[in-house]
Amino acid sequence: MAEEPSFDAIVVGAGPAGLAAAITMARAGLKVVVLERGEYPGAKNVQGAVLYSKMLHELVPEFWKAADAPVERPIVEQKTCITTEDSYVTVGYKSQKFLEGIPNCYSIIRVHFDQWFAKQAEAAGAEVYCGMMVRDVLKDATGKVIGIKTAEGDELTANVVIACDGVNSIIAQKAGFIDELKPSEVALGSKEVIALPSSVIEDRFQLNPGEGATMEMFGSVSLGMLGYAFLYTNKESLALGVGCKLTDYQKKGLRPSDHLEYVKSHPLVKKLISGGKTLEYSSHLIPEGGYKSMPPLAKAGFLVAGDAAQMTNPAYREGSNLAMTAGKLAGETVIEAKKKGDYSEATLSLYKKKLEESYVLPDMEDIQDLEHHVENSPGFLEFYPKLACELAQLRFSADGVPKRTHLKTAIGMVAKRGFFRVAKDLFPLRKVAI
Amino acid sequence: MDIKDIKIETTVEAKLGHIEWKKAPETHITLKNSGADSPCVTSCKDKPCTTVCPAKVYEWEAAHNKVIVNYENCIECGACRMLCPFDNIVCEWPGAARA
Ligand SMILES: Cc1cc2nc3c(=O)[nH]c(=O)nc-3n(C[C@H](O)[C@H](O)[C@H](O)COP(=O)(O)OP(=O)(O)OC[C@H]3O[C@@H](n4cnc5c(N)ncnc54)[C@H](O)[C@@H]3O)c2cc1C
Ligand code: SF4
Ligand code: SF4
Repeated sequence: MAEEPSFDAIVVGAGPAGLAAAITMARAGLKVVVLERGEYPGAKNVQGAVLYSKMLHELVPEFWKAADAPVERPIVEQKTCITTEDSYVTVGYKSQKFLEGIPNCYSIIRVHFDQWFAKQAEAAGAEVYCGMMVRDVLKDATGKVIGIKTAEGDELTANVVIACDGVNSIIAQKAGFIDELKPSEVALGSKEVIALPSSVIEDRFQLNPGEGATMEMFGSVSLGMLGYAFLYTNKESLALGVGCKLTDYQKKGLRPSDHLEYVKSHPLVKKLISGGKTLEYSSHLIPEGGYKSMPPLAKAGFLVAGDAAQMTNPAYREGSNLAMTAGKLAGETVIEAKKKGDYSEATLSLYKKKLEESYVLPDMEDIQDLEHHVENSPGFLEFYPKLACELAQLRFSADGVPKRTHLKTAIGMVAKRGFFRVAKDLFPLRKVAI
Repeated sequence: MDIKDIKIETTVEAKLGHIEWKKAPETHITLKNSGADSPCVTSCKDKPCTTVCPAKVYEWEAAHNKVIVNYENCIECGACRMLCPFDNIVCEWPGAARA
């Protein structure tokens, strides 16, 4: 019989997925190690960032009440803006109800958040090692994953390795379970953090002290590419970002830093960021291949969670919440497997079942054709923003023309595109328009 | 809007200036072929590595007919592993690089 492995589980990557898995397993008394290549957790991580509270609350109850809570502002207003080059339409919802019970979501800064989350994992009993780059997995003669190898050549063994190493998982590739992603399966997200005094932020976004807002922008700001721009409020800074399909940047030959400059020059954004100083600029891939290009989630001795498994919901701004839920479910699966003393693919496949019973896989399944659809009705990126702005222009101007005529003009615009095409364009959106 | 008309107030170089990096001692990016017979020279018309990389790591040096790699600027977005249509770029994550 082979030697006992040193750990119940090795988690690769100290992001939301990996740390959620580690916390879950360590609390059940399992021997867990987290290996992170960054010098500290969060050193390499880029996110908008909006964090939905519920998933983290399940792991760290009422985390927002802690004195060292890793949050910037609770979000009380969420806006969606549709832009043309010089105009925009805004739809927003602002409510103090967002703060009741479990506050809906918070803006966060990943570097702070990840370090805090790693401390929670350590408090639960997991070991977290930074500056540890995992290069490969170890397998036994049957092909079961039995450990990892670091860049320094050290080997560590465990009953299960959980790959939480983010988008384009090198670990899952080395394990031979997936291929390198294709450019069509990823978006490139880039972001600037722009410093402004909190009173200025609250003034410009009309917020009570300490409260926050989010804004997503579609239409001309994406320059005809499939994607969007966002602006989120932190305590003393704004996060301004763009995210578009990598193949679209390729086709356009556009550098994301220049794309950001374009967004900054739009009248909607210009005023809001005016006078701010850029503190940080970063870029990261976002997996968007979706449901159809997910890797196998469980193999003998091996699980994949979070961005590494392409678990994002591009129709919303979700990623970290799916990663946390998946990490937690992966952790629960390993706990079950340990009880049985069986780490075969069959036993670990319980993970997939758990994901199906949660919101993770159903949500991903629901939106799987959306992107394809939007891409294949070019009207989305140009026609609808124009229509929305034209309609607003008509609606809000007293120009001595009977309103009835306005309606006719609007109907005329739609008729030009064809009622049937408009209906067809909008049909798949029923799933996201809740 | 033509992308050539975008007004650049802050250049990518200026943006990168805000990032503190621990200089990696050696490159983590290599071109499989950087010679006169490389796809960069023979086949790649648009050179997307030089136009898209968010940190302007790749620059076409016309004088020497090759792509130069300023690996120190890399912000590790992960794009170039799939950006090159001729699969000519090898980019392995460096260890702990950010200061
Ligand atoms: C611009 C942008 C904006 C976004 N905005 C939002 C948002 O507002 N809300 C939201 O919910 N999501 C957002 N996302 C998505 C979100 O960031 C991800 O879905 C989330 O971080 C996934 O978590 P993860 O734990 O799977 O991976 P990651 O957070 O990527 O963590 C992976 C970790 O593994 C480490 N690692 C990688 N390789 C190795 C290795 N070989 N050895 C050791 N360690 C390794 C990395 O350093 C990293 O710390 C955004 C993403 C981007 C790029
Ligand atoms: S994209 Fe690839 S082939 Fe083209 S110039 Fe860059 S490295 Fe060379
Ligand atoms: S990883 Fe990103 S920033 Fe680094 S060289 Fe590649 S494309 Fe440029």
